[in-house]
Amino acid sequence: MLIFDKVTKNYQNTGDVLQNISFQMLRGEMAFLTGHSGAGKSTLLKLIAIMEYCTRGQVLLNGRNLNHAKEHHIPYIRRKLGLIFQDYKLLQDRTVFDNVALPLIISGYGNQEVKRRVRASLDKVGLLGKEKKYPFSLSGGEQQRVGIARAVVNKPSLIIADEPTGSLDPELSSEVMHLFEQFQQVGVTVLIATHDINLINRLGYRVLTLDHGQLVVS
Amino acid sequence: MHHNKHIQKMQPRIKPKPSNLQNTKYRTSIGDRFQNYLGLHAHALFSSLGRLLKTPFTSMITIIVLAITISLATGFYVLLINVEQFSDKLESSHYISLFLKHDINDADGLKLAEQIQKSAAVKTVKLVTKTTALEEFKHFSGIGESLNILDKNPLPTVIQVLPTNIFEDSVEVQQLIDALGRLDEVELVQMDMRWVQRLQSIVDLAKRGVFLLSIVLSLAVLFIMGNTIRLELENRRDEVLIAKLVGATYAFIQRPFLYTGFWFGGFAGLSAWIIVSLILLGLQEPIEHLSLLYDGKFTVLFLSVSESLILLFVASILGVTGAWIVLHYQLRQMTLE
Repeated sequence: MLIFDKVTKNYQNTGDVLQNISFQMLRGEMAFLTGHSGAGKSTLLKLIAIMEYCTRGQVLLNGRNLNHAKEHHIPYIRRKLGLIFQDYKLLQDRTVFDNVALPLIISGYGNQEVKRRVRASLDKVGLLGKEKKYPFSLSGGEQQRVGIARAVVNKPSLIIADEPTGSLDPELSSEVMHLFEQFQQVGVTVLIATHDINLINRLGYRVLTLDHGQLVVS
Repeated sequence: MHHNKHIQKMQPRIKPKPSNLQNTKYRTSIGDRFQNYLGLHAHALFSSLGRLLKTPFTSMITIIVLAITISLATGFYVLLINVEQFSDKLESSHYISLFLKHDINDADGLKLAEQIQKSAAVKTVKLVTKTTALEEFKHFSGIGESLNILDKNPLPTVIQVLPTNIFEDSVEVQQLIDALGRLDEVELVQMDMRWVQRLQSIVDLAKRGVFLLSIVLSLAVLFIMGNTIRLELENRRDEVLIAKLVGATYAFIQRPFLYTGFWFGGFAGLSAWIIVSLILLGLQEPIEHLSLLYDGKFTVLFLSVSESLILLFVASILGVTGAWIVLHYQLRQMTLE
């Protein structure tokens, strides 16, 4: 469902950040993307979320070449993705409910459906009952779970997480990873960028390692 | 429609394993979608108003700046319609005055007046007989008593002729004046055409001036609005970026900001209306006092209902447009880093 075919990303001031990257992910697969900082992990994820376009090669998502995605198509492609960030990227002045509901409202769902889905999503990450809280009153682990609930509320086929456990202690990290495993088990493809080697080794999923913009092990 | 097609394309080609994360059970009908869409608009409309009221001081400053700008244009417009009214009211100066020879008595004057009335170039004719002229003169000159020492009325019979096309056709008016001057009974033809025409061309000039000024002031409104929205956009940067990342279209992101522009424009229009009306109220009394000293025909014209509605409409549209221009350029440049 996700194919990188000889992808190179070049920035004018920094040169090639990604060089000739090729790999594939199947539906329902879970993989870690790792490498030293500056190896190109974030850039690779940005190509999938079409925050950047690649310079050469192609990125295919569900058979669609993202290089050819027109500006007005991008929102609709992103609705099929669940994006998770190290800094959670929650709206601090909105309740947990409103944060999770945002993708649904954007997609034009009605009130009843929004309520139902948000509750289901919050239930899945174990935050049911905290809908009315504001993000700042939650712990880091809880905030990240709100971020995850928001990412999965639209039922995406691919979840992309950029250092989701980067700000969490080991215990919270494994909780979050456990959540990802649950989504993977129901058929969602999950790609997690992390440099938490312990976690990677313990869980034993496929690992994509980037080194200075090149894919080392696949 | 495009989007739907596109979404279909995005559906996975291989049937996925059954899972509770796949969206198959719930479909929304077109009617529901339309209702949800209206809901989004209503929400944007009121949430943007709410935001405006949340920061009353800053909102007020922006609205006042906009209102002063708009009231300048509106004020000049109102001034103009009042001056125009004034020049219309000065009908007496549109009359051609025919001073008849001394030996023409009132009865002959009346006959002549009736004859002149028949011409197509003449709208109305007014006869001022020697007697009425003397009485008016006594009344207005303030030397009435001393006139009694005259044993004969020295004033001539006067016929006042109002031409049909006073502004439209000056050639015709001139021809009329020439023709009237050739009449045997007429001693002297007098018309202060030039004064009327000057006033008219001043009004025309002012009209164009107000029009051009309105364009400049509208541009000012667009820029003030645009700058306000730019700041608002900067304040809500995170919100915009996150919405973008979870798949919001530009239309969705823009909507509340456009409504913000609408509210600012609308409130500014309303305030401008109030400012202009207050100024007119303040001027009304002295103007009407002044008018009494002339013929008392002049009353201050306020903005009519339709003019007021147009003012509100144009102000709101300017607000939305100013917001839209900035959003159009700024939103596309906003990225995560």
